[in-house]
Amino acid sequence: MSTDTIDDTDRTPTGGFAAEPVSKVGDRVFSGLSRGAGIIILVTLAGVAMFLVWNAMPALTASSKEIGPGGDEGNGKGFLSYVGTLAFGTVWAALLALLIAVPFGVAIALYISHYAPKRLSRTLGYVIDLLAAIPSVVYGLWGIFVLAPTMADHVYPWFSDHLGFVPMFSGKVLASGRSMATVALVLAVMILPIITAISREVFLQTPRLNEEAALALGATRWEMIRIAVLPYGKSGVISGAMLGLGRALGETMAVALILAPANVYSLKLFTSQNPNTIAANIALQFPESTGLEVNTLIATGLVLFAITLFVNLMSRRAARGNIF
Amino acid sequence: MTNENIAEHTVEPMSAADANTEHRITVRGLNIFYGKFRAVADVDMDIEPQSVTALIGPSGCGKSTFLRSLNRMHEVIDNATVEGTVQINGVDLYGPKIDPVQVRRKIGMVFQRPNPFPTMSIAENVLAGKRLNQRRIKKDEADQVIEQALRDSNLWEEVKDRLDAPGGGLSGGQQQRLCIARAIAVEPEVLLMDEPCSALDPISTLAIEQLMLQLRRKYTIVIVTHNMQQAARVSERTAFFNIEGTGKPGRLIEMDTTEVMFANPTQQATQDYVTGRFG
Repeated sequence: MSTDTIDDTDRTPTGGFAAEPVSKVGDRVFSGLSRGAGIIILVTLAGVAMFLVWNAMPALTASSKEIGPGGDEGNGKGFLSYVGTLAFGTVWAALLALLIAVPFGVAIALYISHYAPKRLSRTLGYVIDLLAAIPSVVYGLWGIFVLAPTMADHVYPWFSDHLGFVPMFSGKVLASGRSMATVALVLAVMILPIITAISREVFLQTPRLNEEAALALGATRWEMIRIAVLPYGKSGVISGAMLGLGRALGETMAVALILAPANVYSLKLFTSQNPNTIAANIALQFPESTGLEVNTLIATGLVLFAITLFVNLMSRRAARGNIF
Repeated sequence: MTNENIAEHTVEPMSAADANTEHRITVRGLNIFYGKFRAVADVDMDIEPQSVTALIGPSGCGKSTFLRSLNRMHEVIDNATVEGTVQINGVDLYGPKIDPVQVRRKIGMVFQRPNPFPTMSIAENVLAGKRLNQRRIKKDEADQVIEQALRDSNLWEEVKDRLDAPGGGLSGGQQQRLCIARAIAVEPEVLLMDEPCSALDPISTLAIEQLMLQLRRKYTIVIVTHNMQQAARVSERTAFFNIEGTGKPGRLIEMDTTEVMFANPTQQATQDYVTGRFG
């Protein structure tokens, strides 16, 4: 049949489309289900926030003399003073972990995506994902019994002796090794999988076209990664780092087990004077707390909630490439 | 196809003089593989300096693969290998001491789809290749390189007021000319173009074709094209590749001046292809 003799007399006025609507039951059911799921999330979040605010109120409104659960630390100086060192410790530990984990995570991701032979890269990917499956209490025990003593015996003293002029490395090394440095290392290992996994995914998605453009200009493999892969993957790396940061901020068990805490602001990594984190502090203090002490702990939880929410919002923006 | 035909039409005697002073490319016994599959078989070819050579042929005949073997881009694909020699100025690009990275710095390439670096500005895109050779470039020198390359690629007038804008914001045709500017900013000896106009509209195509006619005064250009008219318009010499069937390697059927190839080819397959009676 040639194209100029198409017979269109049998076409309906609707142009061939059925006049009555197609049944959309499946559509309605599914959209109802997914909308319901979305609403439940919002309700849960609002419920948690309300619980925190409601129970934190007594502590937030109490006179400063009354604040200070679990002994004399922070006693009588008010809630802000109490939560200050904890919030500092939380952010400080998480940032240190990030500082260690991001370079490693990006390097491992690049190795998997662009250097390793196919079979090895797959195995390595599984192993990294496996790290994410280890319970944090196991990391905590490993930190106490293996990492802390080893580092305290062999590594921290070296830094203290040779780089002691750097404030972070100064001070007397805690013999047990249960210091901020060990916590940061353990947290770094814990957030490594998520950073690696997300970085690896974005690096693998680098358009072949851009990689070939770089190679055709005479780029070595590293130069190709620098001018084509890293700029492309930057926002993914940032959002992976933010997710890792979120996990590090909220990590409870490992920190509670490892850290020998004190109620101080301190940047020193190896000493016995380590600011605690909010989550670990709640876990440690809660069993012995009553009345206003419980309210105070919940109020610190509210602060952690706010910090984590802020980090998550930033990670969303980073993922869209709106910052940096 | 017989070897006599190749001998007759592709291997012309060359004087020692132009072998030394010009960037003539001499291909001998080239076999190109993807893993164990031989994609291109037994190509002998001479590519004239400072002229445009067109590679034509049906899809899958290996002409793009052949083009990519001329600057060692073929081997960036896993398990892709090449046998045979490609000589330029008497140096075998596949010689044991030759670094493929250095080869690619001397032999530029423009791809089928425009591929400027999306995160770089127009100016940075042009300088990208230059920066690989030279970490620090003085501002004056950089400005000069950018302007020259953009002028040579006929893009300067359109972008001179927004050199810091992202390269990805240009139209397809402009992006392709930006890619050409990026390739010629490093002053390569040879420019390889892999269907550079296939993703472009006719006006952008015209702009690129005119550009090729200018660029051939400075550079040796090899272009792969599916567009017969384009081959006829821009090239001085044309090579026809063909494939006997799926799973068989592509071969060079014949090569001659573009006039002869289109008006009076010696091979029936060439005749069929250029007149559109193919397949």
